[in-house]
Amino acid sequence: MLRRILEWLDDRSGLLTWTRHALAHPVPPRTGWWYVFGSATLIAFILQVATGIALSTAYVPSSGQAYESLRFISEQALLGRFLRGMHYFGASAMVLLIGIHVSRTYLMAAYKFPRELNWLTGAVLLLLTLALAFTGQLLRWDQTAVWSVIVGAAQAGRMPVLGPDLARFILAGDTIGGATLSRFFAFHVFFIPALVFLFIGLHLLLVLRHGISERPRKGEHVDPATYRARYAALLEREGVPFWPDAAWRDVVFGAAMVAAVVLLAIVVGPPQLGKPPDPSILEAYPRPDWYFLWYFALLALAPQNLETFIIVLGPLVFGAVLLLLPLLNKGSRSVRERPLAGLLVVFIWTTIVIFWMAGERADWSPDFTARPLPAAVVRGTGPAVVEGAQLFHEKGCEFCHAIEGFGGKRGPELTEVGARMAPDAIAARITNGGPNMPAYARTLTPRQVETLVAFLSTRK
Amino acid sequence: MDPAPPDIVPPRRRFLARLSIALSAAIAAVATVPVVGFLISPLIRKGPRVWRPVGAVDGFGVGETVSVTFEDASPLPWAGVTARSAAWLRRDDPGHFTAFSVHCTHLGCPVRWVADAQLFLCPCHGGVYYPDGSRAAGPPPKPLPQYPVRVRNGQVEILTSPIPIV
Repeated sequence: MLRRILEWLDDRSGLLTWTRHALAHPVPPRTGWWYVFGSATLIAFILQVATGIALSTAYVPSSGQAYESLRFISEQALLGRFLRGMHYFGASAMVLLIGIHVSRTYLMAAYKFPRELNWLTGAVLLLLTLALAFTGQLLRWDQTAVWSVIVGAAQAGRMPVLGPDLARFILAGDTIGGATLSRFFAFHVFFIPALVFLFIGLHLLLVLRHGISERPRKGEHVDPATYRARYAALLEREGVPFWPDAAWRDVVFGAAMVAAVVLLAIVVGPPQLGKPPDPSILEAYPRPDWYFLWYFALLALAPQNLETFIIVLGPLVFGAVLLLLPLLNKGSRSVRERPLAGLLVVFIWTTIVIFWMAGERADWSPDFTARPLPAAVVRGTGPAVVEGAQLFHEKGCEFCHAIEGFGGKRGPELTEVGARMAPDAIAARITNGGPNMPAYARTLTPRQVETLVAFLSTRK
Repeated sequence: MDPAPPDIVPPRRRFLARLSIALSAAIAAVATVPVVGFLISPLIRKGPRVWRPVGAVDGFGVGETVSVTFEDASPLPWAGVTARSAAWLRRDDPGHFTAFSVHCTHLGCPVRWVADAQLFLCPCHGGVYYPDGSRAAGPPPKPLPQYPVRVRNGQVEILTSPIPIV
């Protein structure tokens, strides 16, 4: 009975035949575990659609009420905390996996003839994924989200000519307000996902049209005149059906990824909601989610005169390179014959990890929580030293300078400053400031400078 | 023999093809133009600016710098707490006030006034400003912007302003 229904369905729609054909299409042998990241990205996206739809049934996309609805989802709704966790770690997985997938296809030069459009549609998907990640972080509409919108608008504002208009477009007006969030919501759940669906469809059609790229081999070059015949011959000779010979790895890896997302959602849970989205609360400590933390660090550490170039030209150059890369569509695919490509991928990932770690520490931020130096550290040998240590805390020196582990890391550590600077030099630096230090001449009395110098001179 | 039939599209078919393409384009335009206009409306309609009272003159000590909160010029009914804005207000002398933007000129993060150190500090990338708003250290490219401020009927009033985009 069931078989007859299926036969009727297939006769009228052709879907089963098409699916069988797609699943059984021959792929090159020995593709291995390197080829699982694209399908895993797709599985992560499907998770995002499912959990996102569930969350949207309770989330109120209103600047004034989103925060309360998020609290309801996180604290009261059945499975709400779990779904938020899934959506957060699913997003993290999607960003990470698409990054690995792009690196893999670049390292194996899978973008060369005839798969240039596979690369281009994938490049669009990469940009759309980053757009989803940014807008999604903002829908967690707490204090950090509000300041992220402002920081995003400020960056867009650096663009010549168009900047101010772009910034207004992002804020949806002069300031953060009632219009801001509902627009980001519409982009995050309608515009961008619709484009993602479209481009995933194109991407998969192209994968079927050209077949999965074979593992590159040293000495084998892509020549548009001969490549297709060679690829067809390879499939004829050694091809295996995509499912299950190659696809089992995709499924195993995808299932492991989903298990990891579920586990993290249960054990770690979603990111905490911060303070309410009130732009007049100035006790804020805005930080992007981990996947943009490296960029946050880059903007802190970039030389000041290069910064606008980085903010404006960085994304443009990145986009242009992604779009123009398929012009190099001939020649060797093996990374052993493209050492620069290998170095570039290593360089980009190393840079991201280094800046990410710097962003985690954020040494450039003043430490507003620095506590007064304990007596054991001060080791007061006279009233001036004790008073100087107190001023060191009160006047904010400790926000940026650490002594024996107490204080910020914005400026040089001063644990042994007495050994490397004479009292006169210390006094001059405090009074006149330095290239990256405020001058305290107008803030401190000469007597206060004296006590500070007395204290710092004992640091040896 | 010349086997190829003349490859001529009949005028009627050509007309119908062009008609259907033109009408499809018209449908697409009808669906797109108002949507795009709606989305970019914040660029076209500039918000009003109004004076908002932030407190009685005598509530501010001479020489002190405090944060004040006021409502945006025309908040939407559902804006909730997002309709609020803040400024750093200083009573320079009994009859004169200065209002600084809270937004760091580097990337817009909220600067804090640290009274003991007499500095504005930014928590994001460590920008520092002197009491007059000029840059003291860190990445800010410009001094802190100021808001227009006035005294009317014993009240200090600040003119609502767009978030400064440097």
